[in-house]
Amino acid sequence: MERLTRDQIAQRLAQDIEEGAYVNLGIGLPTKVANYLPKEKEVFLHSENGVLGMGPAPEKGQEDWDLINAGKQPVTLLPGGSFFHHADSFAMMRGGHLDICVLGAFQVSRHGDLANWHTGEPDAIPAVGGAMDLAAGARAVYVMMELLTRDGKSKLVDQCTYPLTGLKCVSRIYTDYAVFQIEGDGVVRVVDDCSGAGQQELIRLTDLDLVF
Amino acid sequence: MINKIVPSVQEAVAGIKDGATVLVGGFGGAGQPMALIDALIAQGAKDLTIVNNNAGNAEIGLAALMKAGQVRKIICSFPRQADSYVFDELYRAGKLELELVPQGTLAERVRAGGAGIGGFYTRTGVGTMLAEGKAVRTIDGEDYLFEAPIKADVAFIKAKCGDRWGNLTYNKTARNFGPVHATAAGMTVAQVDEIVELGEIDPEAVVTPGIFVQRVVAVQS
Repeated sequence: MERLTRDQIAQRLAQDIEEGAYVNLGIGLPTKVANYLPKEKEVFLHSENGVLGMGPAPEKGQEDWDLINAGKQPVTLLPGGSFFHHADSFAMMRGGHLDICVLGAFQVSRHGDLANWHTGEPDAIPAVGGAMDLAAGARAVYVMMELLTRDGKSKLVDQCTYPLTGLKCVSRIYTDYAVFQIEGDGVVRVVDDCSGAGQQELIRLTDLDLVF
Repeated sequence: MINKIVPSVQEAVAGIKDGATVLVGGFGGAGQPMALIDALIAQGAKDLTIVNNNAGNAEIGLAALMKAGQVRKIICSFPRQADSYVFDELYRAGKLELELVPQGTLAERVRAGGAGIGGFYTRTGVGTMLAEGKAVRTIDGEDYLFEAPIKADVAFIKAKCGDRWGNLTYNKTARNFGPVHATAAGMTVAQVDEIVELGEIDPEAVVTPGIFVQRVVAVQS
């Protein structure tokens, strides 16, 4: 068994994005996916702050702070790219025009409930950004995360204990152990045991009745 | 002759009253009208409600306005940033009220305010903490939350070019909330990089038509 690195998870997810897809990559880990989209495929990257057709990070010294992504990092625009205001940008997200969004998560339940915006701790400062809009609006919500917390608890759970971002919205979960598909009625299928952990180990780690 | 251009940022923010609701453009630093915010600090209006995506960075712009004690409440989607320590401290001390709104709901509430729409239903936030106290309606078998419009006394936005009728263009992702905020305030003030003659902006390229803008001020960027 060999767990995937974060970059390998991004690479594995990138394989499942088809040419022509309109895709939003959430801030943090999901932005790594952009590095692994095959050059021969045209994929439209959307950012919530009003850009479609986003290109890679600029060369050092070429940063334009009026051209940034949702994580407020400088980016570039591909030929054919466009800019638009926030209400239009979120019409793309909430109106079901994005094919895929990729988000990080604290927890995902076997029903596809997502928790990724708030730890619920009393002194935590809540910040939601566009996460709830993406969860509710994108046609497919993919989660990218490490399967276990630092103390070894599964983040793929029976019921989320953290505050929810969206209900029954996640369809796939890409982790360092395996790719899981949420199939409805609480059924979770392992579609790719990419670490070679094996059925018994994945069931033991998640404590769920996984389907293979 | 109609001339919405004012000669200074002091005149651009004149008359803003205590207790005003102010829409402020920008996503992080991009599109944040810093010169107008600085002028508002000097002008001194207090007890303000600020609507912005974020809650300020370091001690400039919105963070400086909060630090000056002029803000009572902030309506935003993402207050927490690596350098949002001014907000963090005021919020934890109970000196600043926060209304947290999902980003798309925030943009749409302002859009509704500007378009004379008395609210709308959205699937965003259904079943979450942010649905508490909001009416739920089932439409075509799916649950939606009711969200109320946001209207303001003043909007501060940053644009690239403006003319004396108030027509505006923007620069790249610094556009963000600007065109939406411009529609929803009693008085919209645009900080622009450059003033141009009428007709210089291609009519097909005007993003904010002048009807939404009351004051334009040029600020060297």
